[in-house]
Formats: sequence, C-alpha cells, structure tokens
Amino acid sequence: MKRRVVITGRGAVSPFGRGVSALLENIWQGRSAIQYMPEWLKIEGLCSHLAAPVPDFDFKILPRVQRRTMGKMAIYATLASQEAVRDSGISTELLSSGDLGVAIGSTIGSPSAYEAFYSQYLANNSLRGIKSGEFFKSMGHTCSANVCLALGIRGEQWGPVSACTSSSQAIGLAYILIKAGRQQAMLCGGAEETHPSVTSVFDLLGAGSRQNSHPECACRPFDKDRDGIVCGGGSGVLILEDLESARKRGAKIYGEIVGFGNVTDSGHIANPETLSMERAMKKAMTEAGIAAADIDYVNAHATGTERGDIAESVAIEHVLGSTTPVSSLKGHFGHTLGASGALEIIATLEMMAQQEIIPTRNLTSIDSRCGKIALVTQKQPARLKTILKNNFALGGVNTSLAIRQNILP
Amino acid sequence: MTDKEVFQKIVDVLAEEFELNKEEITLEASLYEKLGLDSLDAVDMVIVLERTFNLKLANEEDIRSIWTIGDLVNFIVKKKAELTVE
Repeated sequence: MKRRVVITGRGAVSPFGRGVSALLENIWQGRSAIQYMPEWLKIEGLCSHLAAPVPDFDFKILPRVQRRTMGKMAIYATLASQEAVRDSGISTELLSSGDLGVAIGSTIGSPSAYEAFYSQYLANNSLRGIKSGEFFKSMGHTCSANVCLALGIRGEQWGPVSACTSSSQAIGLAYILIKAGRQQAMLCGGAEETHPSVTSVFDLLGAGSRQNSHPECACRPFDKDRDGIVCGGGSGVLILEDLESARKRGAKIYGEIVGFGNVTDSGHIANPETLSMERAMKKAMTEAGIAAADIDYVNAHATGTERGDIAESVAIEHVLGSTTPVSSLKGHFGHTLGASGALEIIATLEMMAQQEIIPTRNLTSIDSRCGKIALVTQKQPARLKTILKNNFALGGVNTSLAIRQNILP
Repeated sequence: MTDKEVFQKIVDVLAEEFELNKEEITLEASLYEKLGLDSLDAVDMVIVLERTFNLKLANEEDIRSIWTIGDLVNFIVKKKAELTVE
C-alpha cells in the first residue's frame, strides 16, 4: 500500500513568543523580532550584536522533573510539541502507542548548558557543583529525548543534527518513516536558542550582520545592502500523519508532503553550491511527480548572505524559471537555524490557507545578481496550491520539501 | 549549629532546589517515596548540601544509607562535628 503523508498539527515557540498565532500575527503585521544585544558588547572580537531571541517567560509552566534536564531549546521544543498535539487532536492512546515517533533536531545541544559545564570545568579544573541534568541539556538529541519523556512517547526517537537543515531533515525523515509504514504519525521539527557562541560562528566567517544600530532593518535577504545572518531562537514542530489515519479521525489537514530532496555537495564545508540546491529541488519535484509549472511559490532559505542568496536565486531560476514567486522570512525573525525549516513551513502553510504571499521583509533594493527570479516585495494574493520549501546548511546539506495544499484523491 | 538549625536549613534548601512545599519536609519524610526524589535528584541534593554546609560529601559511602530527612539531618550533624574535631 502506498502511504501518503499529511500535516495535521502545528506548534511554535518563536522570536515573536509562544504559540503559532503569535508567530503568524507578527509576520502578517510585517514586524521584526530582531533586537540589539548590548550584553554581547563585552565579548572581544564579536562584531554582530544582533539576535532574535525568544521573549522571556516563566519556564515553571513545565514540571521540575521534566525541566531539570532541559536547556532552553528543549523547553521550546516541548512547548511547541504540546501545542502541535493539541492542534492535531490526536489521542493520548496514539501518543503513547509506539506508533507515533519523534524527530526533532538542533544544531548542537543547549549552548547555555555547555557554557555552565565548561565555565566550572575549565576555570577551576573541577567537576564540583555540576548538576546531574547538565549532560542531558547538552547532548545532541536533547530536544527529541526530552519531548519523548515529557509527552510519554514510545515510538521511534530521532534527533537529526545538521545545523540549519535540522528541522527540514527531521520533517523529511518523518515523511520517509510514515511512507515506509514504520510509524503512523510523527512529531517533527527543530529547535534552537540564541547564544553569542552561536552568532560567533557566523561572525567569524564574516557572515553575521553588523548593522547593530538599526536591528529592525538588519536581516535583508536578496537586498543589495544585506550584510549577513541574524541568529534567532525557538522551535517549530509539525505533526505528520498517515493520510488514512488522519481521514479516519476527521483531522484538519494543513497540507500534504509530496516530495523531499536531500542532497550533499561535497565541494566545500561552508560555501553554498547552486548545483546542489538545484538537485535538492529537482529531487523533491520528481518524487512528487510535479513539473516547474506546478510550483506556485518558493519559500526560500535565503538568510541574507551574499553567497547564499545569489546561489539560491540562480538555482531557483535554473529549476523553475523567472516567474515563480519567491520570498524569505528571515527578515522578520532572523535565522532560527535548526528551527527555521519548521517555523517557516508553519508560516508557509498559512500563506497557502490565506492564498497570500508574505514578502521578504527589508527587501527594498534587489541585488541585481538575485534579480532573475520573481522576488516578492509586497504582500500579494496568489493561487498557492503547491510550494517548495528550501533549507540549506553549513556542511553541504541541501534540502527541499514539496508541499501540496489540496489533498487529491 | 544546632540539630534544629540544620533541619531548618535542609528544609529551606531542599524546598528551593526541588520545588517542594516546606510542610512536606518532615523528619519522617522519605526522600524517595514521600518527597519523590530520584537518582538524579540525589546527585543534585549532595551538591546543594555541600554548598550549604561547606562540606565534601560526594564520595561518602554513608550517604547511600540515607532514606529520610531525619537520616539526612543526623548525617550532616555528624559530618559537621567530625570537621570541628579535626
């Protein structure tokens, strides 16, 4: 039996706060979540003092026994997962049946937990005072492990760790697992937390925005005045589900995942490669059985770096031509790295529901080297039935997910 | 520090660390069954007690035989007394 995979739940913790509605409302209002981070001034050598952190809230909304092994990213992932479960209406029986699994990734474990451990270990050459939960906060699969524990999930547990493609790979993996019949449903996505050590990675590579004096204009994908990435935090989680299962229980269906391209370029650890981006998009379309003319919109990865934006624009032009509308959401809430794929898909699903394209925020003067595609600069109504969602990562990972709104017979 | 003061300090720090109601933390209360602590909490409890009473406890064998808050008070009182004699 050929299984089909649909999206039946959405959960978000984002730089705009807790909940999918906060994310969507702020995007639709065209707001920016990017802030100046004055406390980062003390870090010698760090030039990007910008971030899109999740606004503070009381973590005690989760019980202590769950929270003690969670850094911020695992807390975000747990809250997003709880929201996705509520949104989907799946039963507690399915949640704990073993037929529902988890794939939630992040770039690394919680950087704050690493800081807490090493500031004691290195400064004092001592382990004294290091709490039992620190390892569980910093391990690579901290989000998926803690989500499983908090929600009582007993199916497959995966933690795709691939920096900026962590959540798009997690969603792709969930799609594969359900298609293969291994799981009936999956909680999937990613999480990240802002920390100067994360921003410093991009800053060291000359890819962090230094427009510190006007944060709301700092991240400018495809714009000729862009100067780099602004890192953000949060978590996006989707429930993917076997179509028959979703139909049987009368679930609301947000869209169908119809293709997943996931390829590696082995040319350079950091530089984006147009050809591999093209291959990822083509693979997603081939798997979906769709042609360029079927793609109504591309939600681009476009982080606001010169190399990345140009490489992706050229790749989109080669694969789809120059008329398919394209925009990026990084200008609204920065680059949430491991969470970005899932958070941006949630916003793109809403674009499909509203039949409206959200433009790239801060794109006022298009870089002519990105100009051969239809970059959207104003909110515009559009027929959005099938879209591509691109995400690319340091390390040579290139992903593209094809998502269709209408569930065909 | 009197036994009563040690008990009160233990109540304060365990209530803070493990988010417990102070009323629950009686001399008879079992750390694991009544107060709901587990093996990870036991590790953190030792850290908190070391910091509170300025003691080194992590490698103490006796700590494994502690089951109630009363046992814990006696253990701390004994360790502090040993420190005074030394």
